[in-house]
This record gives sequence, structure tokens and C-alpha cells, in this order.
Amino acid sequence: MSDSTISGADVVRWIQVYASTIAENRDYLTQLDSAIGDGDHGTNMNRGMSAVIEKLDGATGDDVGGLLKTVGMTLVSKVGGAGGPLYGTLFMQMGAATTGKSDLAMGDWAKAVDAGLKGVQARGKAEPGDKTMIDALTPAAEALSKAAAAAASLSDALRSAAQAAEEGMKATIPLVARKGRASYLGERSAGHQDPGATSSFLLMKTAADTFADAGRPRADRKNE
Amino acid sequence: MKKLINNPDDVVREALQGTAAAHPDLKVFFDPHYIVRADAPVQGKVGIVSGGGSGHEPMHGGFVGMGMLDAACPGEVFTSPTPDQMLEATKAVSGGAGVLHIVKNYTGDVMNFEMAADLGKAEGIEVEAVVIDDDVAVQDSLYTAGRRGVGATVLAEKLTGAAAEAKATLAEVAELCKKVNDQSRSMGMALTSCVTPSAGKPTFELGDDEMEIGIGIHGEPGRERKKLAPASGIIEQIAGTIIGDLPFKQGDEVLAFVNGMGGTPLIELYVVYNELTKILDGKGVKITRNLIGSYITSLEMAGCSITLLKLDDELTKLWDAPVKTSGLRWGV
Repeated sequence: MSDSTISGADVVRWIQVYASTIAENRDYLTQLDSAIGDGDHGTNMNRGMSAVIEKLDGATGDDVGGLLKTVGMTLVSKVGGAGGPLYGTLFMQMGAATTGKSDLAMGDWAKAVDAGLKGVQARGKAEPGDKTMIDALTPAAEALSKAAAAAASLSDALRSAAQAAEEGMKATIPLVARKGRASYLGERSAGHQDPGATSSFLLMKTAADTFADAGRPRADRKNE
Repeated sequence: MKKLINNPDDVVREALQGTAAAHPDLKVFFDPHYIVRADAPVQGKVGIVSGGGSGHEPMHGGFVGMGMLDAACPGEVFTSPTPDQMLEATKAVSGGAGVLHIVKNYTGDVMNFEMAADLGKAEGIEVEAVVIDDDVAVQDSLYTAGRRGVGATVLAEKLTGAAAEAKATLAEVAELCKKVNDQSRSMGMALTSCVTPSAGKPTFELGDDEMEIGIGIHGEPGRERKKLAPASGIIEQIAGTIIGDLPFKQGDEVLAFVNGMGGTPLIELYVVYNELTKILDGKGVKITRNLIGSYITSLEMAGCSITLLKLDDELTKLWDAPVKTSGLRWGV
């Protein structure tokens, strides 16, 4: 698996796929947020990711860290609400963890996701089980570290992270929110899937989808 | 949705353009959005900056001017503004005596202002932030985001603005802001929902014969939904909850703030004020200052909120000090 790495161009493609996935799911995320929040998560994330795409126009991904930091800074200045600082911090910390790298081995990716998660926790002060994006990101980061330690293939590791994020997202449904606007609802927040956990699951899922063929020999890969 | 707008995406920017055209004593910036008083920065004076989602007008932009805010950062409708707006506003009003951020307690607002304070400090500006959380409708506990910032924000902006104008230090102004927050309690109610321009439909459903007691200024749910009742019963419940929370006691002097949510006419707010005076008289609490009108709104929501602030000589004097903004103006 040593030759299966994520290139800077792969990272650019992941961001583009995430942006289009957010656009497709804008109304769904907003609908989830209307049930327990203030109904703007899809709109805000879509505004932010559209700005990111404009900003990345022509980016080559030679410096993965710099690229991810730009994504983070753009989200902080365009999203607002709670999503801006949280997703902005996630990408900025992932960028800090990958500074100067032109491609990422699986261990680098696992460390980047973990650094992003720690940044989100420090900014939002949420714990697992509070019904937030942490509930999707924590199991994903754990699955990646475990896969890295077991020397699993890159595509298997990404798939297991996406699956763990999905399970974490679904597990938010019965939870009572203890952070953010949903916490004002108390017990009434139970029975609804958390919109932040949902957009975080989509982040891990698009990574698995986009980087999947990064695991195959370079000669067989498309789009290069 | 029936609104006097062109395109939902343009509402905030076009309203700011109108603000710029109407008020030459304000400077309005568009990339990013922020409003500052035209004579900023005032040298040697603490700069007072606030901000929050749009849709609560006149708060905060209508409170920029002499004796109140030095700058306001409007976000999208009901969405916190971003750190870059707050940083630009902070730099624009920094006159060498530091800058106070007045932050309403919502998760997004708190996080964005924290990032802005870090950025401001990195540029060498002394920044203090005070979080306002006066809404008694929310049970404050470790398991919620805490009480929301509502009516006390308007009072804190006026009182800290007056203190800053009198050249109080940053530490003094921040301490004053905390005191105003500690001595204020608020609660609101809604007769109808607000409609955000982007959603185009009511934020929550409320029957023709129902009301929501304890509503938030973004249409967040309150304590209970019940059948509409005469104003006397509604105000008795809201005022009773507020009075019992601080608690306000016999002999206290208070500022009573009756606020309209955006869609309620002034005549009804005076009916509310009349009920409030009867209740406070009965408790031996004396209203020595008042504010009645729509100052912290929730778009076109019908309803009201009540804020009580326990006064002393210092706060009374600061309240009476001159203020010259489009939203509040006296003594000038």
C-alpha cells in the first residue's frame, strides 16, 4: 500500500465533489436543521462551498496544507453561524497537519482528520454524544487510525471511515442535544438526525468516493 | 411570503445601501459588511462593537453613533456575522484604548467573536468580550447552550456606549457590561411566526388562536404553547417569571423595557406597559426609567418581550447621557 497515496489533485477533486454534494443536499440539510435548529445549515454550507470553489479555481494542489488552509479561511469568512468557525477550523487544522506536503500517505490522512477533529472540539467544546458533527467525525477518525495501524489498504480505510461516520450520524437520531440551538429544545430534540453530523458524514463519504481510485496503481487511474 | 424585497439574496446588502444613503453620519462598508460611526476611531475612547444576524433591526446597525456603538457587524438574516467583518470593524474603531465586543449568547455568535478577538489581539488591539445571556425562558444548565442574549443587549449597548464616551477604561466598560447583564432579565412571547426571506415560509406553525410563551428572537421555541389570552394574563406570566428569576424585590428601582417583535403596533405595547406597571406596583418595584418600542425585533413576528434592569445611580446617569443614533436619540 506504500504506493497508494492521495495527491494534491485528488484533494482538489474531493473539495469539488464535496461542494457539489452539499449543493445537491442543500434542501435536505436545511430541512434537518429546521426540525431542531434554525433552518440555515444547507444554505450556509452551500454559500461557503460555492465561495471555496471560486477561490480554488486553477488550484493545482502542489501544497496540500496550503490548499486546505485556504478552504478553511474561506469557510470562516463566508459561512457564518456555528458552521463557519467549526468547518473552517476543521479544514485549517487539517491544513496545518499537512503543511508542505504534495501528497498524503494513509497515515498522513489519518493524522489530518484527527487534527481537524481536535480543532473542532477545541472550538465548539462539544463531547461525543452531544448530538453534533463530532458524533460523525470521532468514529471516522478512530477508524482511520485503526486502519493505519493495521496497514490496511487506503480504499478500505476510507470506506471504513465513511461507514463509521454514517453509523455515528445515524446514532445522533435518538440523542438529546446538549450544544447549539438544538439544545434549547431539550427532550424535543430527540428523534431527529443532527444536520452537522450529516454534513460531516458527507465529507467522509465524498473522501472515500473520490480517493477510492487513489489506491490503484497510478497507470490505471482516470483523470490524470 | 409577502415582503417588500427584490431578491431574497440581496436583502441585507440593499438594506445596508439604504442605510448608507439615509445616514451620512455613518460609514457603511460592503466587503465585508460593517457599519461604523463616521468619526471613528475616536482617539483615547474604548471602541464598542457588536453584531449578529440581520433581521433584528434597529439592533445593531441602528445603534451605531455617539453614545452607543462605534461599529456593528450585520450577518445574513438570523446568521452570525463572520470573524473578518468583526476584525475590520474592530480595527476601524480602535482609538488606542481597546475594543469591547458585546456578544449575544448564541453558539455561532460566540465562536465567531472568539475567532475575531484572537485576530484582533494578533494585530495588537486589546479586545475584551462580554456575552449577554438574559433570556429566562431558557433553563440555564450544563446541558444547553445557556440562556440566549435578547433585550439586555440593547441596554448594554446604550450604557457601555455612554461610559466609553465619558472615557472609562476598557476594564471598566467590560465590568459595566457584565453588571448590566447580571442585573437584567428578559422574556418574550409570539402571536405569529417570522418568515425569513430565504425560507419564504413561516419558521414555525402557530394556530390563529395560539401563542408561544418564551419565544426566541429567531423563532426558537419557548416554554409553552397555549391558547391566546387577554394581555393581562400574558404579561402576568411573563413578568412573574422575570421578577422571580433575579429576583427583583420590593424597593428596587428598575428600567422597564417593553419591546415589540416587529409586527406588533405601538398601541399594543402601551397596553403591555400598562399591565406591567400594575404588576410592578403590586410588588413594590418602582419603574424609574422606561423604553417602549420595537428595538430588538424578529422580522415581522407579532409579539413582545419584556426586559427589567435593576438600576442604581451609576446606571441611571449613564442611561440619561446623550445618545445620537438612528434607533435611539436623546439629549442632543
